[in-house]
Amino acid sequence: MSNIFAIAGKELRSYFSSPTAYVIIGLFAALFGFFYTAILDFFVKQSMQLQQFQMGPSSVNINLQLIRPVLSNASVVALFVLPMITMRTYAEEKRSGTIELLLTSPITNLEIILGKFFGALGLYSLMLLVTTPYIIILFIYGEPEFSPILVGYLGLLLMGGSFISIGLLISSFTKNQIVAGMITFATLLLLWVLNWLSSLGGPTTQAVVSYLSITQHFDDFAIGVLDTKHVIYYLSFITFGLFLTAKSVDSERWRG
Amino acid sequence: MIEVKNVTKRYGRVTAVQDISFKVKRGEILGFLGPNGAGKTTTMRILTGYMPATKGRAMVAGFDVFEQPIEAKRRTGYLPETPPLYPEMTVREYLQFVARIKGIPRSERTGRISGAMEQVSLNEMADRHCGKLSKGYRQRVGLAQTLLHDPEVLILDEPTAGLDPNQIMQTRELITNLAGDHTIILSTHILPEVSQTCQRVVIINNGRLVAEDTPENLTHRLRGAEIIYLQIATHDDPVPALSRVPGVQRASVSKRNEGIIECEVESMTGEDIRRNLAQAVIAAGWGLLELRQLRMSLEEVFLHLTTNESNAETPDIPEDEEQEIPASNTKKSLDEVVHE
Repeated sequence: MSNIFAIAGKELRSYFSSPTAYVIIGLFAALFGFFYTAILDFFVKQSMQLQQFQMGPSSVNINLQLIRPVLSNASVVALFVLPMITMRTYAEEKRSGTIELLLTSPITNLEIILGKFFGALGLYSLMLLVTTPYIIILFIYGEPEFSPILVGYLGLLLMGGSFISIGLLISSFTKNQIVAGMITFATLLLLWVLNWLSSLGGPTTQAVVSYLSITQHFDDFAIGVLDTKHVIYYLSFITFGLFLTAKSVDSERWRG
Repeated sequence: MIEVKNVTKRYGRVTAVQDISFKVKRGEILGFLGPNGAGKTTTMRILTGYMPATKGRAMVAGFDVFEQPIEAKRRTGYLPETPPLYPEMTVREYLQFVARIKGIPRSERTGRISGAMEQVSLNEMADRHCGKLSKGYRQRVGLAQTLLHDPEVLILDEPTAGLDPNQIMQTRELITNLAGDHTIILSTHILPEVSQTCQRVVIINNGRLVAEDTPENLTHRLRGAEIIYLQIATHDDPVPALSRVPGVQRASVSKRNEGIIECEVESMTGEDIRRNLAQAVIAAGWGLLELRQLRMSLEEVFLHLTTNESNAETPDIPEDEEQEIPASNTKKSLDEVVHE
């Protein structure tokens, strides 16, 4: 356990000792702010219109019409940003030879992988934490429900965890950070748009494809519904990704 | 303390290490000698548990590095060819991280870290970033890292590569001082290093172990294939005549100087050709000014073992005159290697 913390701490420190962490967190906050402002503007206009013409409910649902699209957009931004966090995890250690230190130290392969996973997840959590002021403002001026927001953030965290596990796996394939980043990005993008294919096949293909699509499972979280089905999907996705990473690191050792 | 038993490592079709066996006793310094690409690093990586062997087994401090990797790794300090440093960490931060993953208890960490920095005289660099250090200091940080958890076994891959002569001296001194408490394997292709620091030498070439002995014995034993220096007063070319002398393998002129010719004659293993040479020179009517044996340095032994493989096929060579040296019974002795 302490070894996992040691590795995770080392990972986090290395993010923060270069501009990487600051740039990533800053850009994520800025993009989140942009989406937030744009959607808030649209939301305000819409609710004013509704009030003017006295159609439907007198007040619109903040959770559904503001927070949901903002979180959905945030999940897409995460898809762009996370490859940049994970691309260096293994690639850089392999390039600089520090992987030899890790693999010859009395720690297990699994501890190294989990350490790297939690390090990246820690940075991602900080990214999400930076966006909380936007939500707090909503609580000051409006009356959103709290628990759906929490579920939404949990969804973002789980989905990000899945992205990170893929990123780790791909980073373990290569010594080149850029290659790792690009392949991770392409893979995540593919997993995102996978459900476009579902219209091509029959009902079985449709079900399978949309089950595999990583962002599909986020929709429920975004509207604040905590469904164990999706939680299990993400957790098993993460486990599988980390398992494959362990195998990849191991097979590299056998091949030399 | 360290035992390598019939270890073979293949990368796909390429065999990097072929059936290597050797042992290192507690407190001993073993030099690992071989040209680049001979399989030194591969063997060391197997010993440190970085990669598993294709065949055979390696034991460190009584633990099989494959079966009980954690126990073996706990007792091993490994310095890879390039020191595994994180450029963004300061030396102290780096050693703190290493101390944690090496499993040093929290209460002992500070003491061990300053101890290790003291040992390699790194104190003044403690708060510098690893990435900004010179090659010599990086190497020292790498060395401090291996000493941190006070391992019984130290495995150092070219510990003096890239250092200036002064630093090389210091590093060698440090290594010599570490022996006794530690069992050390160090690889190098710098030969004087081996004769100065190591008690025993293992020479590998093309993934095979070609010799294992003390540095003194290695130089001594190979005297069979010795080189004789001749100074002859003549205007003729002495090479054809000298080459005809029985037992001569190769003759060459090293310097020509107005009627005085300096030659080097290499004899076949184990034959004393001095008498024959002298007779040949006299018979040709030249003046024999000087004739003496040139001892083979370890450097030459090494070159001999790692390059002259075609010569090694010469069959049917008389026994070495140096019979007083008992042929080592377990390992292939050097004589055999040369005779082969």
